[in-house]
Amino acid sequence: MAETIQHPPAVLHNRPGSTRVRISSFIRRHKLAPYLLLLPALIGIALVVLWPLVQMVIFSFQNYGLPQVTGALATQWVGFGNFTATFHDSVFWQSLRNSVLFAVVVVPLSLAVGTVVGLLLNRLGKKMSLLISTSALLAWATPPVSGAVLFFWMFNPDGGVVDWGLSKMPHWLVGSTNWANYNWATTGALPAYTLISILVIWQAFPFIAVTVLAGLKTIPAELNEAARVDGASAWRIFWRVTMPLMKPIYLVLLLLSVIWDFNIFTQSDVIIGLANTNEYNLSLYIYDKAFTFPPTYGLGGALAIIFAFILLVVTVGYVRSSVRQGALT
Amino acid sequence: MTGIHLDATTLPASTAGTQPRSRLKEAGRARTAKRVKAVSLNGLGLVIAIVTLLPIFLMISTAFKPSQEIYSLTPHLLPSHPTLSNFRQVSSGQVTGGIGSVWLFVRNSFGVALITVLIASLLALLAAVGVARFRFRFRTTFLIMLLIVQMIPLNALIIALFLDFKSLNLLGSLTGLVLVYAAQALPVTIWMLRNFVATVPKELEEAAAIDGATGPKIFWRILLPLVAPGLVATSIFAFITAYNEFIVALTFLGQTHGAYTLPIFLTYFFGQHGAAWGPIMAASTIYTIPAVIFFLVVRRRLVGGLTAGAVKG
Repeated sequence: MAETIQHPPAVLHNRPGSTRVRISSFIRRHKLAPYLLLLPALIGIALVVLWPLVQMVIFSFQNYGLPQVTGALATQWVGFGNFTATFHDSVFWQSLRNSVLFAVVVVPLSLAVGTVVGLLLNRLGKKMSLLISTSALLAWATPPVSGAVLFFWMFNPDGGVVDWGLSKMPHWLVGSTNWANYNWATTGALPAYTLISILVIWQAFPFIAVTVLAGLKTIPAELNEAARVDGASAWRIFWRVTMPLMKPIYLVLLLLSVIWDFNIFTQSDVIIGLANTNEYNLSLYIYDKAFTFPPTYGLGGALAIIFAFILLVVTVGYVRSSVRQGALT
Repeated sequence: MTGIHLDATTLPASTAGTQPRSRLKEAGRARTAKRVKAVSLNGLGLVIAIVTLLPIFLMISTAFKPSQEIYSLTPHLLPSHPTLSNFRQVSSGQVTGGIGSVWLFVRNSFGVALITVLIASLLALLAAVGVARFRFRFRTTFLIMLLIVQMIPLNALIIALFLDFKSLNLLGSLTGLVLVYAAQALPVTIWMLRNFVATVPKELEEAAAIDGATGPKIFWRILLPLVAPGLVATSIFAFITAYNEFIVALTFLGQTHGAYTLPIFLTYFFGQHGAAWGPIMAASTIYTIPAVIFFLVVRRRLVGGLTAGAVKG
């Protein structure tokens, strides 16, 4: 209320009484401008993210499925029924294991490859750097579906280059598997995720490399120089000088990679599909529950909530590190 | 173990030697060591570049190969008889299972992505101005909400989105996709634009206000031209997000072939004609090239933009 006194309607003298002026003075008086600016975006986010999220929570506590959608049966609340069913479901544990193992393997590997490339870009001459960064940019720019189809073909027993290459290698190096007819996508979870890992690292390392490079450029050259004069080896300088300074960047890269790699629906749907439940990950299993006949939205909802909860734990880490770096000011 | 120990003790001793010849030798050795290092680093760089390029190279070269070369027992890097027949086939829609020419899906994808960019940029710019120029209650709450929303994957929401858009009768239409993509792009675009708006000096706007310019006029005449580079960067981000999106298009479009976007067309084609690798690689090349061009255009801005949400710009 004090605000009305502090801020006299300054524009009013233009055209007193017109609706436009009255509205703008109302906005001014109540300091509504920021809220009005935010409103359209907020409505969009609320309708497409927040409300569906609430609905997913609701579904997860209901027996929502085909008979309920068609109206043959009424929807009922089932308490934690969907969650207990999920926790007694072996496919769930299999999917969770695949998702977690995939992230545990791919996150450190893509960070390592990205770091090596970032360091190389920082060290090498202009021409070589341009060559590496351009080829990395192409891998990064390739749409995930294109990349998945491309790698599926390269690892295909029917004329794929990788199988051909492996079959030409000596047995003592690659084992006695019949590589020429080796089907990476359907033989089991290990070969399928090996293929997806190579694909995901190929697409993910460029972003990590350029981010690491940007970080390296901010480190003053004198620091490295001083360490070198003191007789430190390159290896030691990297771990004792570079890494501590790059810690905030790596924290963000780590969290983003965990979130991205835990959530690889596109690549796994193209390469694995819905054929083998033992190759499922959580994203595929959610999709399976909801979109293969008959749909069980309740169970799918419970799975999605478990999935989102795991990601939320990681996200809290991301938000906290962002806030600590002053991102909110 | 002992070898390393010996090296460590003998090395300083030899450098302490004052004979000029040994010192010269030492310098020469250091120079060769340096050269070996440079060569091996460049070699490693070259290997990385080749390995990274190889898949894309194979995609493009296969797109130009006649089918007998694709299925030959020993694959070749380059087509020995380059042909446009694969492109012709996807272009005429002959082998596409009768669902249409690839250009129809190019048009769908570009349409969806462009309208997404328009909506997302407008809403994000308004919100970015609100967040960067005003201090108000719930500002921090709003910013934290953006960070969290940005991390919620679409596959955790897909069931609810599917049922909601089904009841709105928006499945199987490009409108439905645009609405989801625009809202999905908002958190990141707001974060990116917020940094750009914050770099525009407030004094400029104040000066205009003193000269009698109203809010909307300041927005159009002062702020918008100055944040235009930021808008380009966020637009490309929103474009790429929509252009690459898979799960929503897959569930929403279902069997409505005419509304397919490129990724859905490509996977459909791949599922129907799993072995028609020539046309599949041609379609994949057509799908990939625009994305690559966009990345090349914004290569400078990519790093800053994508980490802007995390590291303060």
